[in-house]
Amino acid sequence: MFSSHEILETINMIDNEDLDVRTITMGISLLDCIDDNIDKACEKIYNKICRYAKDLVKTGEDISREYGIPIIHKRISVTPIAMVAAACQSQKTVKFAYALEKAAQTVGVNFIGGYSALVQKGFAAGDYALIESIPEALATTDHVCSSVNIGSTKAGINMDAVAKMGRIVKQTAQLTADRDCIGAAKLVVFCNAPEDNPFMAGAFHGPGEPDCEINVGVSGPGVVRAALAKCGSCDITEVANIIKKTAFKITRTGQLVAQEASRRLQVPFGIVDLSLAPTPAVGDSVAYILEEMGLETCGCHGTTAALALLNDAVKKGGVMASSHVGGLSGAFIPVTEDAGMINAARSGCLTLNKLEAMTAVCSVGLDMINVPGDTTPEVISAIIADEAAIGMVNSKTTAVRLIPAIGKKAGEELNFGGLLGGGPVMPLNEASPAKFINRGGRIPAPLQSLKN
Amino acid sequence: MRAFITVIGKDTVGILAKVSNQCAEFGINITEVTQSVLQDMFVMIMLVQVNNNKIPFTEIADSFDKLGEETGLKIHIMHEDIFNSMHRI
Repeated sequence: MFSSHEILETINMIDNEDLDVRTITMGISLLDCIDDNIDKACEKIYNKICRYAKDLVKTGEDISREYGIPIIHKRISVTPIAMVAAACQSQKTVKFAYALEKAAQTVGVNFIGGYSALVQKGFAAGDYALIESIPEALATTDHVCSSVNIGSTKAGINMDAVAKMGRIVKQTAQLTADRDCIGAAKLVVFCNAPEDNPFMAGAFHGPGEPDCEINVGVSGPGVVRAALAKCGSCDITEVANIIKKTAFKITRTGQLVAQEASRRLQVPFGIVDLSLAPTPAVGDSVAYILEEMGLETCGCHGTTAALALLNDAVKKGGVMASSHVGGLSGAFIPVTEDAGMINAARSGCLTLNKLEAMTAVCSVGLDMINVPGDTTPEVISAIIADEAAIGMVNSKTTAVRLIPAIGKKAGEELNFGGLLGGGPVMPLNEASPAKFINRGGRIPAPLQSLKN
Repeated sequence: MRAFITVIGKDTVGILAKVSNQCAEFGINITEVTQSVLQDMFVMIMLVQVNNNKIPFTEIADSFDKLGEETGLKIHIMHEDIFNSMHRI
């Protein structure tokens, strides 16, 4: 029998501290849907997704009711579409986005990821056409998410792709300017993209993954913050211990849900992503955890150190709680999705420079950041290159999800609604990196020794 | 399966009766009960055996949600494994 304290602790985490399982994501391989006729390929894709994921949403809801733990999203990730599109004669790659959208609507998931290309070393057949079609695909669908991997520690950074993605991000925002540029919020540019990531917008089902699997992303910034609030003025060693213990409990919940979903859907369990994923809800913020540690406002000096501690402790606590760990695993810092980050950005305390430093020690990158609408594609490309360089050199995943706020200047706001949130447009350094970006070519892979 | 029912809220007459009536309706057997009242705050934890072959668990959970709304109490019914996974290694 459990003590009343243990039972009430769990109930309190769910009722008052926003504990949830953020997503159950079913990864589906589309490699067997390849066909040189694009319409046939789309039909096979639609049929396969609907066949595999028909019970995904209901199963997620059943588990949620039975265990009393909210499961916010049920999602699908698929093989990078550029690989499927490579075989097609047609250049009308956007048809794949329509097929994914239709399948997502039929099975009732809230996002489907994998309108993606992996071009870290160069472009293969299908990659160009897919990347060029991203703005249209994201403007004409609601559920499709896109990602492009432009660099890795082993391959270096494909600067041709970096230059191209600056233009694509801008075009995507322009095509959805009437909807707060939301298209760009569904597009991530990666370095070292994980192949089993359950989180959007960057989820895709890598070519090394099985035919189908279940990946689960956990959450719970509110729980960590509440645990720290109770500890008073203990020292940093104790802070790290509290975070580890809390992350363990959060992740065990995710592991339980993942195993149960895997059993009920008869699909192998892939990984649990050990993440602290914030939402715009006031209690559910990563920035507030950093502030609970003793920072006046997220973004002040000390933020990078606090985030490094948090990120490491979350992983240490989570690793023991799960049999397989993967995905992005760590603390997320998406600005518009985190109430504390939004406030810090509005006050001017949190700047893009600080965010860039923070990405060197946390799990993802420059995520959900609104930038002025007149930002040039070259500046966007240069931000992508900087971020990719941090990932490449540190052997970690980094990503860029910028939203150029078309027609708006620094200080104005974009509001996407829902979990994507909203927030201020942040000012950028406007000096031109155009010549550097337009050189093209590749940044060679870095040395893995002589580390200093 | 075994589940925990927790009831939290302002102490009023007949809470225990209402919750156990609901259990009886669904054929849920109550194995253990602990309760305490602290400064008008009522906290009750029941360990129960649910025979969910007859009635879907979601229906049972929905009806306890409804009872919670009617009585102004927070009532949860949750599979015991959520507590096992969180508090036991």
